Amino acid sequence: MRAYLWLIPLLPLLGVLINAWFGHRLPRRVSGAVACLVVFGSFVLGVAALIRLIGMPPGQRIIYHKLFPWISTGGFESAVALMYDPLSAVMVCVVTGVGFLIHVYSLGYMAHDPRYPRFFAYMNLFTFAMLMLVLADNFLLMFVGWEGVGLCSYLLIGFWFERKSASDAGMKAFIVNRVGDFGFLLGMMFIFAVFGSLRFHDVFKQVAADPATLTLTVTGICLLLFVGATGKSAQIPLYVWLPDAMEGPTPVSALIHAATMVTAGVYMVARCWIMFLNAPLALTVVACIGALTALFAATIALVQNDIKRVLAYSTISQLGYMFMACGAGVFAAGVFHLMTHAFFKALLFLGAGSVMHAMSDDTDIRRMGGLMKWLPVTGVTFWVGTLAISGIPPFSGFFSKDEIIWSSLAGPMGSWVFWVFGVVTAALTAFYMARLTFKVFHGQPRMSGEQKHHLHESPPSMAWVLILLAVGASLAGFLNIPPAIAHLLHLPERWTAAFTNFLEPSVGTHEQAVYLLEASVGGSQIGFAKLAHGLQHNAALEFGLMGITLALAAGAILTGRWMYVSRPGTGTALARKLPFLFRTLQNKYYLDEFYKAVIVRPGMALGNALWRGFDVLVIEGIVNGIAIATAIISRLFRVFQTGYVRNYAAGILAGAILIIWVLMR
Amino acid sequence: MTWLTFLIVSGIAVIFAGGLIFSRNAVHGAMCLVASFCAIATLFLLLSAEFIFVVQIAVYAGAIMVLFLFVMMLLNVQGQEGALAGRAPGQLLVALALGAALLGQAVWLVARGGEIISRPARIPAGFGSPEDIGTALFTRNLLPFEITSLVLLAAMAGAVVLARKAGLSPKPNGAPAGGKPE
Amino acid sequence: MIWNATVPFGAWAVLSGLLFTMGAAGFLVRRDPIVMFMCIELMLNAGNLLFVAAARYLGVVDGQVYVFFVMTVAAAEVAVGLAIIVAIFRRKTTIDVDEMSEMRG
Repeated sequence: MRAYLWLIPLLPLLGVLINAWFGHRLPRRVSGAVACLVVFGSFVLGVAALIRLIGMPPGQRIIYHKLFPWISTGGFESAVALMYDPLSAVMVCVVTGVGFLIHVYSLGYMAHDPRYPRFFAYMNLFTFAMLMLVLADNFLLMFVGWEGVGLCSYLLIGFWFERKSASDAGMKAFIVNRVGDFGFLLGMMFIFAVFGSLRFHDVFKQVAADPATLTLTVTGICLLLFVGATGKSAQIPLYVWLPDAMEGPTPVSALIHAATMVTAGVYMVARCWIMFLNAPLALTVVACIGALTALFAATIALVQNDIKRVLAYSTISQLGYMFMACGAGVFAAGVFHLMTHAFFKALLFLGAGSVMHAMSDDTDIRRMGGLMKWLPVTGVTFWVGTLAISGIPPFSGFFSKDEIIWSSLAGPMGSWVFWVFGVVTAALTAFYMARLTFKVFHGQPRMSGEQKHHLHESPPSMAWVLILLAVGASLAGFLNIPPAIAHLLHLPERWTAAFTNFLEPSVGTHEQAVYLLEASVGGSQIGFAKLAHGLQHNAALEFGLMGITLALAAGAILTGRWMYVSRPGTGTALARKLPFLFRTLQNKYYLDEFYKAVIVRPGMALGNALWRGFDVLVIEGIVNGIAIATAIISRLFRVFQTGYVRNYAAGILAGAILIIWVLMR
Repeated sequence: MTWLTFLIVSGIAVIFAGGLIFSRNAVHGAMCLVASFCAIATLFLLLSAEFIFVVQIAVYAGAIMVLFLFVMMLLNVQGQEGALAGRAPGQLLVALALGAALLGQAVWLVARGGEIISRPARIPAGFGSPEDIGTALFTRNLLPFEITSLVLLAAMAGAVVLARKAGLSPKPNGAPAGGKPE
Repeated sequence: MIWNATVPFGAWAVLSGLLFTMGAAGFLVRRDPIVMFMCIELMLNAGNLLFVAAARYLGVVDGQVYVFFVMTVAAAEVAVGLAIIVAIFRRKTTIDVDEMSEMRG
């Protein structure tokens, strides 16, 4: 097992080297095939390792593999070491599995791009970095992957850098991510200062051993780490880069900005579950930010007209869900939603890509409509994605979203407030997805004659990927059937919450969470009385709440149908009736403008001041002063450079005489 | 080794060295230098350095000087140079001043030094023989000796590269006026 | 009788210094690079003479070994130096050192 764990990240790196060095000399077919095959190889290895992991007893499901010592200075040691536990396994399989499908899709989607090998080199590099992120057994190596995926995100958003908007979006993503990364970095230094190690195992063991005294410190660390997570996973207040990231090619949006990279923050929080459970305050912050982001992004998605932007805001909203689940102390629910989301959001993005492909790269849904007739495969699979994200059974989103909404109430840190946020967001999600799907695939065609003429279904490589992802999006939910439903249907024990049970060694059980939370507040004076209130076994309540959610989601979809198919124009009329609300949402609450006024402008002003004042006068003064002084002195000394050998010889001789004279004295 | 022989032989060496400096013709100068080298070789013999004596005659007065003469003939430059008249007239004064200073230092050093050895050491019978030199060369001084071979190799390669015509002649067809490259 | 007295080491040192000075002065005043080269050889020989004299007066043969090294280096130097002179002559058709002052500052 150990022997080939390192091959999982190495294979994509090999693909990078091949495509980066020889890509332009290889035929396109070979270049693309190499990129796909290496990711598929990693997927196979990942699944093999996963099977191996399942074969082990639950308590020991962890494989360490130290490759080589990396940094070793004084008291600081860090190794390039991999760790494969259930959480890593899930992430590896999602990253390589969905990643492979998206690579295959790209074969068709990018077929006409002149920078074909470069695209695949970047995609493979991204896969490598992401795998390092999820396989790392210490914070430092994880940070390497963390920065690596950020770099690839920047490179791929700006892939069509001839377009100014694309290169600007790339820079925006990079800079906003830097803010978050700074938090991560500080958190990491803090960890090292407190625990003297950056290995997950060492740090978590120390935290678990002494939860009561460490709470304050750990809260600080967790908040800093969460700043990193908000940057990478596009949460308030650092979410602004993700909608702009849609400037990149659509497979990139699907892979990086929906399925994998943006979930890195969720992964990191789940990885550090022990620390977060030891810091109830930080956990509350996580839950609040998650709940706010989920609702906030969902409201913006209601009125966007760009097909990819709707999906981008929906991604932000779903990531908010995941954080809400983590914040409620039920990390398994967050990771489960991460996995199902990877399937249906990749499916939705690739479907959007297929639509754009057919519409000659037009992304405005106001010019679409009735596309079901021309794009049946895309339409049907898109519907699967829509139903999944809306939480309609039996699609995967139902299971994961329901678990999150239930956890937000019944989790150790759950609350009715979070539940309300979750349910409202679920209804909004169902509505905007219905709006999007109905407007694109149903109703009257609104595109120009030119576009209509070119409408065509995508090539088989793309269509098959959509079908496979649709199967995944439909069935993935059955991995984790909630105990209440399983009990009702008399399902065998091993079908019940299989995913959660598998993940528990990595992210803890309910009992462990309660124990850590109680220990960290030193008794129960603040009051985690409800921690043990047994809400999580109240099946009747669970079914009732599930019914409310379902009814709201179904109602939202039907409302969407009524508004955009039966009575087109209702939406516009509504917008005219509520102009203020509509304009606020359309302009995304003016947050970009706010950032521009509060951060970008003063930053530019400061930069300009430093440039004109400090840089030009002081730095350039010093640099130029040195140059001028050198020139003056040189002018003095060049007199000696007569070019005549005899003068030089006389100089040498005079020097010799001088030296002898000094020695003689 | 008496003053008489020393003064005679060293006188010859100095006189011919002067001939080198003052002769207008480079070939004459070279012949003077050969004579001076021979005198110095004789001094080596007086200092019981038989092997060095032979090498001095064979390598210096022989091989190296032949090389000089060969180049002179190759370039065939007429001795039109005024012996002591450079374009910088002050140069002669500078040379005289520096030379006087150097010589003065040497003399003063000798005159001042009380501990300077007044008579030759007692030496074994084979001192300065090829066997003696060889023992010293290949035992105590083996590393410098090996490095010497590298120096010679580098010099050989350098001379070949420098003298090659192709890389250096700026005008591929037509020799420069008055020049006889080969 | 003074003529039959043993020569002290100082005499050799002065002789060596004299030859060296003559070589140096020659190098400074001559303009023909070949002659300048020969002056360098003279200076090297002056050095050699001192080495050999010291070996004799101290009774250590290593001085003579150094002479051997000096000769080797001198041979190498002559080979390269003369090659340079030939190359320069090919380019400029003159070997007057005063003509070669392009490296003026």
